[in-house]
Amino acid sequence: MTTSTALPPAPVSPGPRPKKQVPHNVKTSRRAAWIFAPSLLVSFLFVYVFIGITVYISLSNWKIGTSPDLSLRQPFGGTYAEIVQEQRFQADIRNVVIFTVIFLVLAILGGLIAALFIHHVSVGKGLFRTVFLLPYALSFIVTGVAWRWIFSPSTGVNEILRSMGIENPPGWTTDPTILGALNDPSGTDFLKVQFGIPVALLPIIFAAAWQLVGFAMAMYLAGLASIPEEHLEAASVDGANVWQRLRHIVLPQLWPSTITCFVLLLHVALKIFDLVVAMSGSGPGFVTDVPGIYIYNYLTSRYDKASAMAIILLLLTLAVIVPYLIRGYRKERKA
Amino acid sequence: MAVETLETTPSSQTARATRRRPAALAPKPRSWSIPKTPGGWIVLAVCTIATLGMLVPVYVIITTALSGSTGAPNFFLAFPDAPSLDAFKGAWTKLHGSLANSLQITVPAALISCLLGSINGYVLSKFPFRGSNGLFTVLLVGMFIPFQAVIIPVFQFLNMLHLQGSIIGLILVHIIYGIPITTLIFRNYYEGIPSAIIEAASIDGAGIWKTYFRVMLPLSVPGFVVAGIFQCTNIWNDFLFGFILASPAAWPATVTLNNLIGTTTVDYSELMAGAVLVAAPTVLLYLVLGRFFVSGLTAGAVK
Repeated sequence: MTTSTALPPAPVSPGPRPKKQVPHNVKTSRRAAWIFAPSLLVSFLFVYVFIGITVYISLSNWKIGTSPDLSLRQPFGGTYAEIVQEQRFQADIRNVVIFTVIFLVLAILGGLIAALFIHHVSVGKGLFRTVFLLPYALSFIVTGVAWRWIFSPSTGVNEILRSMGIENPPGWTTDPTILGALNDPSGTDFLKVQFGIPVALLPIIFAAAWQLVGFAMAMYLAGLASIPEEHLEAASVDGANVWQRLRHIVLPQLWPSTITCFVLLLHVALKIFDLVVAMSGSGPGFVTDVPGIYIYNYLTSRYDKASAMAIILLLLTLAVIVPYLIRGYRKERKA
Repeated sequence: MAVETLETTPSSQTARATRRRPAALAPKPRSWSIPKTPGGWIVLAVCTIATLGMLVPVYVIITTALSGSTGAPNFFLAFPDAPSLDAFKGAWTKLHGSLANSLQITVPAALISCLLGSINGYVLSKFPFRGSNGLFTVLLVGMFIPFQAVIIPVFQFLNMLHLQGSIIGLILVHIIYGIPITTLIFRNYYEGIPSAIIEAASIDGAGIWKTYFRVMLPLSVPGFVVAGIFQCTNIWNDFLFGFILASPAAWPATVTLNNLIGTTTVDYSELMAGAVLVAAPTVLLYLVLGRFFVSGLTAGAVK
């Protein structure tokens, strides 16, 4: 299906970029489409068809992997209705939202500030940049085990907190406390978790921000390098101070970098799995559970539930990614 | 063989003359100086402190790994009284098989996905056909999906091929899901290579494939380095596929490292020594070829 749309003979200069394009005939155009077709077909099967299968499983009665049951569950979509009422599902949604928001603020602001300083430092620029980006080369598992140790309740940062006179430091990843709880779940039928910030998530958020702040920094450094010096000089001549130049020239020019960071880091945050597995797993009362772990846990016993959660996770991700990709596509067409 | 000679002389000269690297790859002129203003000193001080802060976890991993076979120090920032490599011996015994698996998975998967990405990127940037941009966007979605949304069909598919749990199965999966990102990197890379080269080759009578192998491929070394580093890092650091799809004999190093975390007690010195072993290849790659690493990052961001 995808190849047939690519195959009709194309005119001599079709496509969005006539300037850059090599003049070629219908035959080469058709051959080009054929060369690209296998990759597209494989991706179509492994991405779109497989997602379709997962959607179907989420609507079916298939529970144990080894005994397929492809009949549709009645009532339609019953698995989704089942999981949204679960305490674990609700905890996962809370956790992934809290994780994403705090992580994005830390990583993007941290990356921006780091880039602004490193861009202007007069000596050691390469070294600072290298160190900030170093964690990005690590596996989330390596980061996870290191931060697990740093936040280990008896030997980690709590030793520092105790020496500062804090008698009962938090138990970090093992702490069931929810900060700033918004609701009391015992009163309602549907809501089964307290919405607020789980203390146990904080070490995981710090670890994720540590690993990815360098990515944001690299994006912002690339953005800063593309701001014409003349603009800044002209502004200084006109008497703009550092703050005014930052606010009116630098930050607006960095907006594209911010969007890129926001989208790419947001999709990392939604999909977070390895880091949580290495640092804490589900945690007491699912305080650190995330959709990725939920899906993994049900892969052995409930294909339908695992698939339904995977589809919810996919929809969350696509809600962010698809507008971004369409924007990129439109920009290409204009260029 | 008239075509042959025509092709090797003029177009390879053009190629050499236009072997222009993308801006991100060009070596930057080194300019540095001692700060001249108080503001300059503040910037330097902030950078230094923040950088030291970023290094704390690295320090913690290394010192704990060096603390010997006594389990772990009582405090995470403590420097071991008698540094020793004992923890590494234990970690190596448990991890060397998985490290070999990771290597066997990473190298072929990265190579093949880069080759496919290079061919796709070449076609998409130099021979765009009707609808190619839209189809490329359709392909790119595969880069962002949570793999949990396809993992059950992938698992069943590998079962069908009798590749379940095997290294070959993991290589296959990494290649397939690596195609979008490598295509993106190469497409952006080839956009920077002038189309005049292709025109010259085409006038010389070379077809798409011949132009690719004779003209584009030799110009692609920096592209392969960037995409190769990106893919090697991604695949080496993968956990999800290895964790769910691999049998114990095929476990990549990240999975075995995670399994070193015991259910009741954790031997942190051995765990950190293991973390050093797992991190070493990608960190070395990053430190030696950092420039290309950064190019991969920015190339991997859809513009």
